[in-house]
Amino acid sequence: MDRRDRNNSWDMVIRPRKGWFDIDFKGLVRYRDLILLMVKRNFTILYKQTILGPAWVIIQPLLTTLVFTVVFGNLAGLPTDGVPKFLFYMAGNIMWHFFSQCLTVTSETFVKNSKLFGKVYFPRLVMPISTVLTEMINFAVQFVLFIIFIAIYAARPDSGVSPNWQLIALTPLMLIQLGILGLGFGIIISALTTKYRDLAMLVSFGVHLWMYATPVTYSTSMIADKYPQLLGAYMLNPITPIIELFRAAYLGVPRYSYGYSLLSVIVTAVVLIVGVILFSRVEKTFMDTV
Amino acid sequence: MADRVLEIDGVSKQYRLGAIGGGTLHGDLTSWFARMRGKEDPNVKIGKEHIAHNEKFWALKDVRFNVDRGDALALLGRNGAGKSTMLKLISRITAPTEGEIRIRGRVASLLEIGTGFHPELTGRENIFLNGAILGMNRAETSRKLREIIEFSEIEQFVDTPVKRYSSGMYVKLAFAVAAHLDPDVMICDEVLAVGDLAFQQKCLTKMADIARDGRAVIYVSHNMRTVSQLCNRGLYLDAGHLTYDGSVEHAMELYGGSSARSVSRNLDEVPRTKDRGDTMRMLSIHFENTQSLEYEMDTAMEFSLTCISHIPEPRLRVRLILQNSIATPIAMTQTEPFEVAAEETFTRRIRFPLDGVAPGEYVIKMSLISGTPRGTTAYYDTIVDVSRFIITDDPALNAGFVWSERLWGNIRLKPLEMQ
Repeated sequence: MDRRDRNNSWDMVIRPRKGWFDIDFKGLVRYRDLILLMVKRNFTILYKQTILGPAWVIIQPLLTTLVFTVVFGNLAGLPTDGVPKFLFYMAGNIMWHFFSQCLTVTSETFVKNSKLFGKVYFPRLVMPISTVLTEMINFAVQFVLFIIFIAIYAARPDSGVSPNWQLIALTPLMLIQLGILGLGFGIIISALTTKYRDLAMLVSFGVHLWMYATPVTYSTSMIADKYPQLLGAYMLNPITPIIELFRAAYLGVPRYSYGYSLLSVIVTAVVLIVGVILFSRVEKTFMDTV
Repeated sequence: MADRVLEIDGVSKQYRLGAIGGGTLHGDLTSWFARMRGKEDPNVKIGKEHIAHNEKFWALKDVRFNVDRGDALALLGRNGAGKSTMLKLISRITAPTEGEIRIRGRVASLLEIGTGFHPELTGRENIFLNGAILGMNRAETSRKLREIIEFSEIEQFVDTPVKRYSSGMYVKLAFAVAAHLDPDVMICDEVLAVGDLAFQQKCLTKMADIARDGRAVIYVSHNMRTVSQLCNRGLYLDAGHLTYDGSVEHAMELYGGSSARSVSRNLDEVPRTKDRGDTMRMLSIHFENTQSLEYEMDTAMEFSLTCISHIPEPRLRVRLILQNSIATPIAMTQTEPFEVAAEETFTRRIRFPLDGVAPGEYVIKMSLISGTPRGTTAYYDTIVDVSRFIITDDPALNAGFVWSERLWGNIRLKPLEMQ
């Protein structure tokens, strides 16, 4: 045994829950292998339990994009800032899908894992983090598909697609921010659902409505044209600048949100901090109430 | 002090009975809105009024003990004494309300077999996942992989998804992972009941090795045979209080013995599961025709039960469920229905014929119920361990055979008749 032992110092002291900032970051680092194994598990399960397996990852965005293109692009005839409709909707769609998946899956952290959490301790944040990483891999697959479609369209003359390479370099940051937003909102909800179960019902419904407050099925330029006085309020949605930036980077559509990107980053940081604090507070005693 | 691995220092754990079960936002809002208007809260259960609204219950109260290297500790106590809560606190699943737990080194808790196993993953994948859940990193698990597979006796199935495993194989694999964690404190809660006898023996040996290696084992089980084989120290918990810390032999006596077999018992203060015992409550029981709660075969037990009822009930029954010493239900019997008035404290003298109950040790579970033969049954109050009692063996009554509970069970049927 090392010297610390003889000095009567302890490796761990378990105390009553008190204080808001009692967060186990060291534990999280120690359990990093568990995070990776959980990601692998999530993937294996996805692969083994469904007939189409990982094909869902591709089918889902393709079908949704197709529906958006037909309904919003062709039937409703919404303008898409001069870029091909399919690409425009696909860009919004894969980004939104990534965010909403992160949010909905992490929001179920306590309820879905209550059996496991009741039997063994590990830093509970392992679960939401591994969820976000799993969704990032799914996103990567969809992203490759997106690049293929860009290449197909860009090969045609007058396609209207004009990638901005400087902005493209920011892609990892956009993803990280979007993932953090999904995680942050998700763990806030998961912490609240331990007390209020009916909040879980609100999640899928709320996420659906949220999508319409975000330029996924239409372009921000339409808001700027029709409701210029509301544009400021509209841009408060932290997802909007990210999706805008993504579209600007890969398709070259005009952006309205230069100043709002900073605000979005601040909101992200606040959501994450609030989320982690709430989550850490709940994780110590939620077993008593579930 | 160098070999101390765990200190439990004045630990208490309180549960709020009302808080269990999780509320809904809608419920809280309607309650709040009703209070604002000075109306009655629509979500308070009828008859509960103010009793249960903020009822608190100490699952553990000011418990202190230390665990040193080499200890094989048995944590004994009846159901609801706080054993599982204690283990949950040590394994960090929930936080104590008061006090402090100090740990040196790694705690491996095996509160359930195969925690975190996923049925779709193979045995090998589950070893890594389970190892990581229990706190091992990848490199450690890889190093131990051979040993784990060998110990679990499932070499040829290690690449098969565990959903195809038998429950025995499942237990073997799960125990193997936990046992090879190299924990400084290993916690085991009643998990060996599933495996076959030979494997159970192997696990006990492994745990004893862990203790002999200069680490510590905390073991909870109702199986006294395994307790006496493994443990060198015993703690006895009674209703959240640590009442004994010392030799395992004496702790086992406390567990199986006289304290649980008192002739009179105050039932009012026995913790109930869920929120029963509010509209009607068993207050006390007194056993009449015995000093020791030891009965001969085919005699009868007589007791007086005192209860209070807050509501009128025309068809109340006292139901008695007979459980064997490991709390498995054996048989049920109940009284005829009788009538009670509201706010009535009543005492009924009840005779329980013991015909057909085989020699052995039993636990009485008792409920106040009402119900018609075809309708649903309403449970007013339930106490899972009203008392223990013993049916003594008298081979003379059984053609000279000594009753073997393990082989023959708990019901002694009438002799076969040759015709």
